[in-house]
Amino acid sequence: MALDDKHEADGRVFKVVGTRPVRPDGIDKVTGRARFGADMSMPGMLVGWVLRSPHAHAQIRSIDTSKAEALPGVKAVVTRKDFTAESDDVLDNCMAGAKALYDGHAVAAVAAVSAKVAKQALKLIAVDYEVLPHVTDVDEAMKLDAPVLHKDKTDETVPAGMSKNVIQRFEYGHGDVEAGFAEADEIVSRSFKTAATHQGYIEPHACVASMGPDGQADLWVCTQGHYMVRNVCAPMLGMDIGKLRVTASEIGGGFGGKTTVFLEPVALMLSRKSGRPVKMVMTREDVLRATGPTASTSIDVKIGMKKDGTITAGWAEMRYQGGAYPGSPVQFGAMAAFAPYNLKHVKTIGWDVVTNRPKQAAYRAPGAPMGAYVVESVIDELCGNLGLDRLSVRLKNASTEGAKASYGPRFGKIGLTATLEAAKAHPHYSAPLGPSQGRGISCGFWFNFGGDTSVSLSVNNDGTISLSEGNPDIGGSRASMTMMAAEELGIPYDSVRTIIADTSALGQNEVTDGSRVTFAVGLATIKAARDAITKMCSRAAKVWGIDEDAVIWEDGHAKPAGPNAGKFPPMSLAEIAAQASNTGGPIAGHHEVNAEGAGVSFATHMCDAEVDPETGAVKILRYTVFQDAGKAVHPAYVEGQFQGGAVQGIGWALNEEYIYGKDGRLQNPGFLDYRVPVASDLPMIDTVIIEVPNPGHPYGVRGVGETSIVPPLAAVANAVSAAAGVRLTELPMSPPRVLKAIDTARA
Amino acid sequence: MTQIHVSTTINGDAGEFLCEPDETLLDVLRDRLGLTGAKEGCGTGDCGACSVTVDGRLICSCLMLGAEADGREVTTIEGMANGETLHPLQRKFLEHAALQCGICTPGILVAAKALLEKNPNPTETEARYWLAGNLCRCTGYDKIIRAVMDAAHEMRGA
Repeated sequence: MALDDKHEADGRVFKVVGTRPVRPDGIDKVTGRARFGADMSMPGMLVGWVLRSPHAHAQIRSIDTSKAEALPGVKAVVTRKDFTAESDDVLDNCMAGAKALYDGHAVAAVAAVSAKVAKQALKLIAVDYEVLPHVTDVDEAMKLDAPVLHKDKTDETVPAGMSKNVIQRFEYGHGDVEAGFAEADEIVSRSFKTAATHQGYIEPHACVASMGPDGQADLWVCTQGHYMVRNVCAPMLGMDIGKLRVTASEIGGGFGGKTTVFLEPVALMLSRKSGRPVKMVMTREDVLRATGPTASTSIDVKIGMKKDGTITAGWAEMRYQGGAYPGSPVQFGAMAAFAPYNLKHVKTIGWDVVTNRPKQAAYRAPGAPMGAYVVESVIDELCGNLGLDRLSVRLKNASTEGAKASYGPRFGKIGLTATLEAAKAHPHYSAPLGPSQGRGISCGFWFNFGGDTSVSLSVNNDGTISLSEGNPDIGGSRASMTMMAAEELGIPYDSVRTIIADTSALGQNEVTDGSRVTFAVGLATIKAARDAITKMCSRAAKVWGIDEDAVIWEDGHAKPAGPNAGKFPPMSLAEIAAQASNTGGPIAGHHEVNAEGAGVSFATHMCDAEVDPETGAVKILRYTVFQDAGKAVHPAYVEGQFQGGAVQGIGWALNEEYIYGKDGRLQNPGFLDYRVPVASDLPMIDTVIIEVPNPGHPYGVRGVGETSIVPPLAAVANAVSAAAGVRLTELPMSPPRVLKAIDTARA
Repeated sequence: MTQIHVSTTINGDAGEFLCEPDETLLDVLRDRLGLTGAKEGCGTGDCGACSVTVDGRLICSCLMLGAEADGREVTTIEGMANGETLHPLQRKFLEHAALQCGICTPGILVAAKALLEKNPNPTETEARYWLAGNLCRCTGYDKIIRAVMDAAHEMRGA
């Protein structure tokens, strides 16, 4: 579709899309009936527990499980030796091989008749460790004398002579940044650090595995992608993929952290060895020590600006540690950091670094919030130095349709300018501030993804619809799918029931990630409905004895068209469904696609904060999110994504951090000390939904889940810096750090 | 270790169970009685997902022993609706889209009900502080607080 084409949904009057019906899984979730990962039981079920390394870095000389195996009630013990599949990082992270690489790394697991017996058995497993020196800080890990985690994981992008902990180098940009800086009237260079934060889903990882002696297995699991679980686990167990059926439970939050496996292959192996179903549930401590977090970072940034606010050049060097294995999200950080701005000269360099910390997992717009934090902080400082309006400067430099993105391609239709204009016009922007209060602005960008998607839509005999999709519903997506199916078919919302089918029911479905579900599964749902409509029109044509091309679908009815218009009364979906058996058999629509055209998304956030100069404590007073949703299918759940992302970002900015002791052990593996925002920390989070339709979706939908966490780190930091009268350069801005910055500035 | 015999009332129904001396009320509810509406998010009383009331008092069931329920009345999320009729809080949570993943929802509903029984007309600040022991990672609390305030308003009018 050319950039200037009209959108196919332009002028369409939506009947269901854009309303706010009650979600189909709502009653179950307010009555306690909904079944999450740990809510499943199977007959004869055992419980599985994991033994974890107490050391940040250690060679595993040997593991003696004989005493544990001899304990009455123990039915199976598993170590890495049981996994004969070729080693890879995911398997090594699920069960340590030659080395334990972080505090909490799994080294063995037990299945027993009760948790009590299992915990006793763990104490009887003797692991002979040779403790090695460790490193947990990204800058320390890059030093030449740092302890080395892996001898052979560095790739060819890394120049010779660097630490082997440096795994990969990335570079993005265009133009000549030195020439750009020469044009600037004002240049600011700063170094920033951000702490590792955890996704912090309230539901710990949980699964129940059942494998029979015939090698067929079933797995019930809370995950963002049960197809991924199947495809990853089956080879680890030496199974054919088709022999493993995975059912997704309701999922109690993920935010990217449930896009990989931890317990699942272990539970399957315990079930295989014991011959019984095995349930495994992590403790909160396990979750914090051994899953998730995102990277901690150390970033240098330099931006030049003219007196009129034109940004002449932007440069950043970004170092992200992603824990004990390659794959920190530095690449996305380096791509996204400057994406909101249309720059002639821009360059980012990213370094992926390993440390003795848990393997990072995706966390909502992986890597992007840190990039936005540093760039938006420095733009804020430049605006202050030059006495310029912070929104006007962003508008002046904003990426618009056709602009060359800092990561390469040219943008299509995008809504950044619309979010900035909405922010400028909003009463929040002109509201007065009191003493020790400050206002922060930040923009943010996320790519959004599509990917493999498979949907099946059955027309039932009574005219209702059963819609099967394969993406776990984390935040109301079943409601959105139901709405899009009802909209397209021209029937009421209540006539459609959407379920998340297991892995045997549909073709491959990519994980619920990349803000892809409402876009990609929505697209497939609409196309599946259109497929069913084509078939229903054909059945009506058959009944009427006319050419099927001469039948159209309108308002839930097949109608004769063209030369036959008006010759027969319209036939409703229910009437066609009732006759299906006599007109050719059951009717179903389906669609399988690798969805492209996800459509990038931008947001602008505005935050008012108050700093207590005596304690350094920060209070968020007011917060407004302006974000482009393309088309909001269920506006309440779009607002919910905006609000939730903003608040996770506020937690990242103010409270949350992984704290390691000198021994390399995590010191705060619980919600008391790893403090996520609570209700009393916050004001209402206001939202403004901007709709600049995405050409890649029939209704214009863009993913909204991730962009919302990109701006808040900087929006809060800019507000706090304004309120404190000093630039804050390290996250989280905990009271001691804020106080220290204030005291240093005063001295 | 010998198991303990406990007689109790759960959601209005008298019942009995055996439990280990060190078994939490949460584990009893979930693993012995099949009441999985209360969730374990932390096991340390920090997240509130396991909230229930015992003799009308709001508690984290992960911090109470099952044996301590002897002779007391326990109410869980499963006892909140009256047959097909939802409690106003449950209805308002659905109307306001005050849940995303829904794992914290049972605990928050139980806690909010306890708030409104104690204080039928809370300010927004009072509601926020009362619910400060119930973590929600999805919503940013905005719609939760709106739903609680709206339910309180409706219940006062009824």
